[in-house]
Amino acid sequence: MSVSVLKPGLLTSLQDGGRPGYAALGVGRAGAIDVPAWRLANALAGNRGDEAALELTLIGPTLRFERAAVIALTGAPVDARVDGMRLPGWTRCVLPAGSVLQLGAMAQGCRAYLAIRGGFMAEPVLGSRSTDLHARIGPHQGRPLSAGDRLAVGESGPVLTRVHTPSPLAWSLDPQPWFDFHASPIALLRGHHFAALNEDSQQRLFQDRFVVSTDSNRTASRLDGPRLALRAPLELISEATLPGTLQLPPSGQPIALQVEAPVTGGYPRIGQIAAVDLARLAQRRPGHAVCFVETTLEEAVARLARRQRRLQRLLHAIAQRLEHA
Amino acid sequence: MISPSPMPPWEPLAEDALLLRFGEVIDAALNARVHAAAALLRHQLHGVECVPAYASLLLRFEPAQWEPTAHASSWQRVAEAVRAVLQMPVPVQENPREVELPVLYGGDCGPDLATVASYAGLSEAEVVARHCAGRYRVAMLGFAPGFPYLLGLDPALASPRRAKPRLSVPAGSVAIGGQQTGVYPQALPGGWQVIGRTPLSLFDMRAESPARLCPGDGVRFRAIDQAEFARLSAMPEADR
Repeated sequence: MSVSVLKPGLLTSLQDGGRPGYAALGVGRAGAIDVPAWRLANALAGNRGDEAALELTLIGPTLRFERAAVIALTGAPVDARVDGMRLPGWTRCVLPAGSVLQLGAMAQGCRAYLAIRGGFMAEPVLGSRSTDLHARIGPHQGRPLSAGDRLAVGESGPVLTRVHTPSPLAWSLDPQPWFDFHASPIALLRGHHFAALNEDSQQRLFQDRFVVSTDSNRTASRLDGPRLALRAPLELISEATLPGTLQLPPSGQPIALQVEAPVTGGYPRIGQIAAVDLARLAQRRPGHAVCFVETTLEEAVARLARRQRRLQRLLHAIAQRLEHA
Repeated sequence: MISPSPMPPWEPLAEDALLLRFGEVIDAALNARVHAAAALLRHQLHGVECVPAYASLLLRFEPAQWEPTAHASSWQRVAEAVRAVLQMPVPVQENPREVELPVLYGGDCGPDLATVASYAGLSEAEVVARHCAGRYRVAMLGFAPGFPYLLGLDPALASPRRAKPRLSVPAGSVAIGGQQTGVYPQALPGGWQVIGRTPLSLFDMRAESPARLCPGDGVRFRAIDQAEFARLSAMPEADR
């Protein structure tokens, strides 16, 4: 079974949970930027967990399915059609053999996930099928999909072959807790060099509005808006960075590192975005506003733990419900 | 054996990470302490990822393994475990790994050799001789997979970065940026002065140990000629 890429979309790549454990060798984790959305897409498609799915950016690809397939779309709401028929997101759809799925623009947000039962196959690199576009490693030598690519699909078990039209389930998940429709504030911890910001900049970081810049990508969300300044220039030596680290380069425009960020950096670290809000920041498209609200580590940990429990419960419930579907 | 290390100052960095700060400067002895601590912690603290840099060490843990107690947060628990491990005597590495990199200096492979020579006030041959005479140590890998930041550059060879970075520096390029020297493991944009190229591959993502150079390794450069460069380039990767 394979899927042909007729049009690649704006930036579509294979992603899974990433490749943890290689940061000391200069290799970042990469992986899906909106992990809950990716995991829920897999669960809805009937997968067990860590299968690779497609991460779509702003405009989705057009794909042809050689055989009948079971798919699910999550993340940002994306226009999806087969022969003019609109497919719903956050549910499971069975597509007949030969279907051409046209994924268009996202009504909101920036990243959507297309999972397929059996998962998209590629030779794992350092244990992962994630595409690291920045480091250029992973499937397709680390590049995004292009027209003419064929994506192999893993063993999917029996799929209804008598289906002649796309058939979504009668129910779908409520995307509300998993997709931020209201652009709420992003929780931010003070970083090691927060105190080195001048007083005005310390206030502006939590009071002013920033705007996601057009040169944002899977490496970083760059923020336009008030220019922040240090009390005095800092000459720093490079140290390890993490996704979510908010750096301040000399331009004064903060950079929030994302999943493909280099594993070390030498800019002052003025903050760390709460892990639970990092995907929500990644879903803000260029031109959209970002406000920060201060949080504590204890609160950030508690929110993350709550979300993990909620996600686990939902994944379990989906698996049970699909068994009886 | 050397005496136990004191616990360095540390700070929580994120929900699943803390940073140990051994110092604030680029210094070989300080960097050696970072690597000794990293080696010990990797051996003794399972499930904690260690990311060494010049003078600091990032530890990433699984929060589920280090649940907070009534008296201690997850970070405090990890830090306590780190303190206990660092009190163990650190075995001195008798023979730290030494890696030799053959390099074709100058010409098309080292377009900035003349620039470095003019900054240093030396002939190109003297720059090559001094670069090869150095005993280097991998301070950390960063910037890109397998990119080594090397300590030990002859101060006379220090050269400012190019005013305009190149969009693509070829894989294997040996370059100088300020007081540092390093090797581009793959074609990458870069602003360092490129003085030569090694035919060896530095990062093979198919290999079990993908990086040829690891943090803490010793490195030497050996000047080779065009013929040897061609001969090594033609050999299968595993035999080079």
